[in-house]
Amino acid sequence: MNDRIHPIASLLAAIARGISGVQVQWAGCEPDERQRIYFANHSSHLDFVVLWSALPSEIRARTRPIAAKDYWEETTLRRYLAESVFRAVLLDRGSLARPKHQEEAHFVGRHLIDDMADALGTENSLIFFPEGTRGTGEKIGPFRSGLYHLALRRPDVELVPVYLENLNRILPKGEFLPVPMLSLLTFGKPVQVEPGEDKEVFLERAREAVAGLRRIGPA
Amino acid sequence: MFQAIHDAKLAWLYGGVLFLLLVSTLIGRSLKNHPRTYASRTTIDNINARIRAWWKMCAIFAAAVLIGPVGALILFGIISFLAMREYMTLVPTRRGDHRTLFWSFFVIMPLQYYLIGMQWYIVFAVMIPVLACIFIPVSIAIAGDTENFLERASKIQFGIMICGYSLSHAPALLLLRIPGFEGHDARLLLYLVIVDQVSGGLQYVWDKLIGKHKIAWRVSPNKTWEGLAVGVLSATALGTALWWATPFTPLQSAGMSLLICTLGFDGSLVTSAIKRDIGIKDFGLMIESHGGILDRIDSLCFVAPIFFHLVRYYFVP
Repeated sequence: MNDRIHPIASLLAAIARGISGVQVQWAGCEPDERQRIYFANHSSHLDFVVLWSALPSEIRARTRPIAAKDYWEETTLRRYLAESVFRAVLLDRGSLARPKHQEEAHFVGRHLIDDMADALGTENSLIFFPEGTRGTGEKIGPFRSGLYHLALRRPDVELVPVYLENLNRILPKGEFLPVPMLSLLTFGKPVQVEPGEDKEVFLERAREAVAGLRRIGPA
Repeated sequence: MFQAIHDAKLAWLYGGVLFLLLVSTLIGRSLKNHPRTYASRTTIDNINARIRAWWKMCAIFAAAVLIGPVGALILFGIISFLAMREYMTLVPTRRGDHRTLFWSFFVIMPLQYYLIGMQWYIVFAVMIPVLACIFIPVSIAIAGDTENFLERASKIQFGIMICGYSLSHAPALLLLRIPGFEGHDARLLLYLVIVDQVSGGLQYVWDKLIGKHKIAWRVSPNKTWEGLAVGVLSATALGTALWWATPFTPLQSAGMSLLICTLGFDGSLVTSAIKRDIGIKDFGLMIESHGGILDRIDSLCFVAPIFFHLVRYYFVP
């Protein structure tokens, strides 16, 4: 038992593992205590908890999710889960979505990167869903640029692609009751920004690194 | 509760199973150390995987039977749930099926086992084939997605019929009141499971040893007429020899065993066809760490309801 893990977090992780019957495969790297950013496709509320629960507990204690502030601060329960239970890093994506002009967007964006870099600190890892929102699970949406900027800011942190398979069928967006099908989770080979690599090129490459881990075929 | 512990014949039957398992484990071990070719190695691995699954089954079964009929109901309820989980994972469903699936897993399935526990025979017999068969298409229609509507409804219906309804007839045996056999129903259930599993195992072994003419190579390249005939006959011989544990005469036991073996073959043939259709060789492929439960019980799913009704018709006044 790790005292940095909230007991409710451990309980929810156990429930999520039970419901999703997840089978974990480390295909491109091994569990490691070094600082990492795990980035994955996003189609279900279970995604974070299942990914988090797949990590060994000493790594889990230092791994925090990135989540949207507007959503996770909406109700008391969500706020409690995000802040106290999972120690989520809450980002104010709303202000990024409605910038008045280009400069403001850059300004806000830089702040978000600052927040994430602070959250990484010297020993934390992050769980990150670069699509920014939950999709239907049929295909992976385009990645937002945060991953690229964060990677440039912290080149020492490993970027690990993760594919979560079938979770969209277990608990799709808009449903609150799960269907206990089985799921797969695959950790892939770490990627990094090549010297001088264009933002769009990198983001597409990172997206393909996630998509390439699909094991069963179309969901 | 714990009545089964005083049943000497049950103890003999169970002891026989343990002995058989021990012998086959030892044979499996020694074969594993002398593999001749790659093909024989995969065959031996398959047999050893079956033996490992049987040990687990054996332990769980003992616990369930000791607790009594409720234990067996819970055990088979869990097996149904896990088998349907494997089935629904691999059968393509759509977003619109979500709530129907939720109902199937958490309401219809537990209700089926609850009805058996209540010994409410009529409702237990018609709830899934009649009521659920209406409920499933209606609830999918309400969700509003018409694409492949009939196909989706049928696939869910079939899954719940096989994994839920059919299999639930096995523990339902414990509730039959056979004159002169009261309190010994656990033996009948164990008899059914032994003959069914041994038949599947022997057919596989005989297929490998003497199999020549394939039955339906498109469906299952392993199944041969020779393996079927010798496998069924040898398992029937074993079943006949177990008549003392059942309410049957030796001749009746032979007939029942023959039926169990033949229907068991049908069950695994049909699941093989489903697997080919979905495009996977093994239900356990995606679910290796979960044991591939459906692969182990597919034969039982086809046998259980017919065995149940035959026993009920001929032996329960």
